[in-house]
Amino acid sequence: MSERKQTIIFKNKPYILSAYSIAGKKESEGPMSDWFDYCISDDTYGESTWEKSESKMLKTAMGEVVMRAGLNHDEVGAMLSGDLLNQLMSSSFMARDMHIPFLGMYGACSTMTESLMLGSVLVDGKYSDNVIVGASSHYCTAERQFRMPLEHGNQRPPSAQWTATAAGAMLVSQCSQPYTEMKTIDGDVVNCRNVRVESGTIGKIIDAGIKDANQMGSAMAPAAIDTILNHLDDTGRAISYYDVVLTGDLGFTGRDIVRDLLADAGVNKADIENVYDDCGTMIYDPQQDVHNGGSGCGCSASLFSGYVYKKMRKGEIRHALIISTGALLSTISPFQGESIPGIAHAISLESE
Amino acid sequence: MADTKEKQQKKEVAKAYEKYARKFTPKPKYFMNSLKAFITGGMICAAALLLENIISGYGADDKTAGTYSVIVLVMLAQLLTGLGWFDTIGKFAGAGVIVPITGFANSMVAPAIEYKKEGIVLGVGAKLFSLAGPVLVSGITVSMIIGIIYWIMGIAGGQHV
Repeated sequence: MSERKQTIIFKNKPYILSAYSIAGKKESEGPMSDWFDYCISDDTYGESTWEKSESKMLKTAMGEVVMRAGLNHDEVGAMLSGDLLNQLMSSSFMARDMHIPFLGMYGACSTMTESLMLGSVLVDGKYSDNVIVGASSHYCTAERQFRMPLEHGNQRPPSAQWTATAAGAMLVSQCSQPYTEMKTIDGDVVNCRNVRVESGTIGKIIDAGIKDANQMGSAMAPAAIDTILNHLDDTGRAISYYDVVLTGDLGFTGRDIVRDLLADAGVNKADIENVYDDCGTMIYDPQQDVHNGGSGCGCSASLFSGYVYKKMRKGEIRHALIISTGALLSTISPFQGESIPGIAHAISLESE
Repeated sequence: MADTKEKQQKKEVAKAYEKYARKFTPKPKYFMNSLKAFITGGMICAAALLLENIISGYGADDKTAGTYSVIVLVMLAQLLTGLGWFDTIGKFAGAGVIVPITGFANSMVAPAIEYKKEGIVLGVGAKLFSLAGPVLVSGITVSMIIGIIYWIMGIAGGQHV
């Protein structure tokens, strides 16, 4: 029996033809605002409930990636998407108007790489020509489901993170880019590279025993470490092979733990400093009073399909390892005395 | 036996990791938070007392004046919650606005606003007490227990309560 490997190597290296990221007001005031494709000026997005606004954000992202790739809805074989809400409300309600075969994904905040991985499997295995993947989160929907009503006058502890109001989507395809030029915001035309999904590492659930739902970063960090180390081990690469290694939403605490533990596992410290960062620490400015950084599916989804994807298209990043991290707790599990199970899935992207 | 040993081991790992993670986790500023809560809470109470004295000055007896000032505090907190300012004040003052009756008013209005979209009966009606309910239940239970103890002590002491 051969030794188990957690990493899938894609033989045909599916192409990511297009990506779209959309973000809320607070996020658009942060340092990443230039990388988002669209920023909504009002978190309701013109809808009557927060759930509807989140759904609409996801729908916009999904619709845009199909359009940008120059495809029709009936050319898309499947749509894989998820969010944080009970029964995947945002995703299912988004899908009911899209008329695209739909698979709902739940991996808490790890949903983006989870759906990207499975979408790539469908394309790589030639079961579908084109697959769209995505994930979303909204501060107001997550807050009311997992924590307190918005207007409640409580103090958040400094270890708490801020759920990002954002969504991201990507279109994975068998064919390469039909066009190779891209206009930048400044009007310059640059040659674009193809972004391909090279491999993916499915994460194990790691529960380090953290019970405080306000310490998501430290609850998820061990899962992220496990996935990163397994990925490097399976592929035989050093961390410096990648230009960036980005985790999803560990926040400042989780990022520091990952840096410390990676160094502990024998990874070169300077390399870690050079390549590793966390989307949760990048999406907001510390001045924005979000305490420990951003979280939520949308945090990693919007940065991966905004910041990372665009940089890869331009060739500023050649190899990227993106790892969405999720805390798989439920609304009742902390009250039953359960600790928080963490998960992380890694995807290796390359631009050529 | 093996099961308990494994559980024990898991517990130890969890404990060690928690200790390790604590090094990286920022701590709440307990002293500053307490100070802010003390000052704002004290100011609210002083203002309420002032109000009570003013109402007494118009000839109301102590009990009525107290009731009126409570009504004013509750109304103010409700208004501020509705305007969306209370959570900002609460973020600064913490327990200073949560412990006085203003916190109670906020904990009723906040869910009422939040769950309005699910309807009047099954939204607001069902969730109105979702924050205040647990506090009320424990408060009333404890006061009943203390009442019973007081009553028993009265009998044992031979006094007619």
